[in-house]
Amino acid sequence: MKKVIFHTLIVLGLSFVNSSFAKDREILNVSYDPTRELYKAFNEEFIKYWEKEKGEKIIVNQSHAGSGKQARAVIDGLEADVVTLALAQDVGEIAKQAKLMPLDWQKRLKDNSTPYTSTIVFLVRKGNPKGIKDWDDLVKDGVSVITPNPKTSGGAKWNYLAAWGFALKKYGNSEEKAKEFVRKLFKNVPVLDTGARGSTITFAQRGLGDVLVTWENEAFLALKEGGERTFEIVTPSISILAEPTVSLVDKNVEKHKTKDIAESYLNFLYTEVGQDIAAKWYYRPRMESVQKKYESQFPKLNLITIDDEMFGGWDKVQEKHFREGGIFDEFYK
Amino acid sequence: MSFISKKKTAIPGFGLTMGITILALSLLVLLPLSMLVIKGASLSFSKFIEIITSQRAIASYKLSFGASFIAAFVNVVFGTLVAWVLVRYKFPFKRVVDALVDLPFALPTAVAGITLTSLYSVPVFADNIAWYNGYFGVLLDKIGIKVAFTPLGVIVALIFIGLPFVVRSVQPVLQDLEPELEEASLCMGASRARTFFKVILPNLIPAILSGFSLAFARALGEYGSVVFISGNMPMKTEIIPLLIMTRLEQYDYLGATAFAIVMLAVSFTLMLLVNFISFWSSNKYKSYN
Repeated sequence: MKKVIFHTLIVLGLSFVNSSFAKDREILNVSYDPTRELYKAFNEEFIKYWEKEKGEKIIVNQSHAGSGKQARAVIDGLEADVVTLALAQDVGEIAKQAKLMPLDWQKRLKDNSTPYTSTIVFLVRKGNPKGIKDWDDLVKDGVSVITPNPKTSGGAKWNYLAAWGFALKKYGNSEEKAKEFVRKLFKNVPVLDTGARGSTITFAQRGLGDVLVTWENEAFLALKEGGERTFEIVTPSISILAEPTVSLVDKNVEKHKTKDIAESYLNFLYTEVGQDIAAKWYYRPRMESVQKKYESQFPKLNLITIDDEMFGGWDKVQEKHFREGGIFDEFYK
Repeated sequence: MSFISKKKTAIPGFGLTMGITILALSLLVLLPLSMLVIKGASLSFSKFIEIITSQRAIASYKLSFGASFIAAFVNVVFGTLVAWVLVRYKFPFKRVVDALVDLPFALPTAVAGITLTSLYSVPVFADNIAWYNGYFGVLLDKIGIKVAFTPLGVIVALIFIGLPFVVRSVQPVLQDLEPELEEASLCMGASRARTFFKVILPNLIPAILSGFSLAFARALGEYGSVVFISGNMPMKTEIIPLLIMTRLEQYDYLGATAFAIVMLAVSFTLMLLVNFISFWSSNKYKSYN
């Protein structure tokens, strides 16, 4: 009897080993908060594409949370094959701290490794009861503003910088006035969630706040999820060009032997199919033909970029605004 | 080895069992903790002090320790009461109530946090609460009390997660305490209050203290439920574990480690202190039995 059990165990063990050899190859895309729906659709399309091209079945896994948190997870050993994060700074930290990719990673893909862009808009309650039209209206007394914490959320960093940019332009480049403006705005914030999706839930499901400052794609998504009766989108006069960046995680794809899939995955974002999916999920596409197709969906607005001289790129912005004891921390002293 | 008393025990081999105990403790507790200290050691002392004494840190110590203390205290009062009811009275569905007490142990803390936040938050459209669920929040708001996104909300969440600790510490002791003791005291002419304070309470004190310390320690480290209900406002509703998370998410590992070391030192001191107190009180009150 003992022998029988022993043999069964061996057979079971072998079949386990066997099946693990024949397992489909997998890649993991570590992304930020509001891209869940985009990548779910994109992954399905990519898996089909890969099977058609190479005749190989693959699995694409996705992971989502606040952008900073995700970058840290990758630094700490989450074995992402590709990262698609909310801002270049977060990918940069992975390159700098964990050295999982070369420091010039952003030059490897087109458009600064930003296959799609977005911007920051407002979502308000139906009928816009507080009459919110522009950034000015967010600093008024009695207006409750929902935004995540810029220290932990990539989206919130864009929110903060868009407001800062608006104030600088409005007050003739006076930093003091801009600081006061953004301070007042954050005085109106009753709760700081750690990520963009958390804030959307606070606003849409918990019913807090008069206005949600968020990614354009997130605002559209909230409307789509049955919110058309309850919300509407307000586009401010000035906003920021939010550039979510993507990159291969070189060390991890070498280890997993998935470089071919991962590279093709990122390039697929730049194809017409990929761009179309992005636009469908409310990200602004880069490809002109797709831009034309979705022209009516994305209102034209005045967009500042992070490389504008008022900001001077992520390193400067981080040092000035978001580091410990930076301008953002001063608001809460 | 003369200071270790050798008695016959069910599990043989003092050397072996003690060896396994030390190994397990080292691997599971001491090793991770020593990594913490080693990592923290690369921080200069002045920088360390600067981080842990910043205004924001002090505000969060106040909230974390204050809210944990209040929550544990509330739990001592109500937990003891619950234990009393469960031990001394017979009523229908007693088993169900007994099992309910353990629910906060088993429920994922995030679920507790989200539920409490939904209940206590005050939606903008208060006329439409069926949609937004803010049942308690709207009612309390009418009498001017705000719970969600205030320190009060933190206390509510900590009371929820801490309750079973006190009940489960006090319950067995109460079970062993014979009702005859009370009857004797009453027969001998002591008032109800006197019986409670002089006969019952002294017997319960060690158990209450250990329940308190467990609930307090649990509350200090709690993260999952509190982040939802606290609103995470700097200087107002940030607990220490959140400060650690925020530091980590800014890639500031050393800053996070500094706070972790503070938490570790304070928690350990507190636990030690409470252990001494409960040891001392159980000795002191032994004479009554």
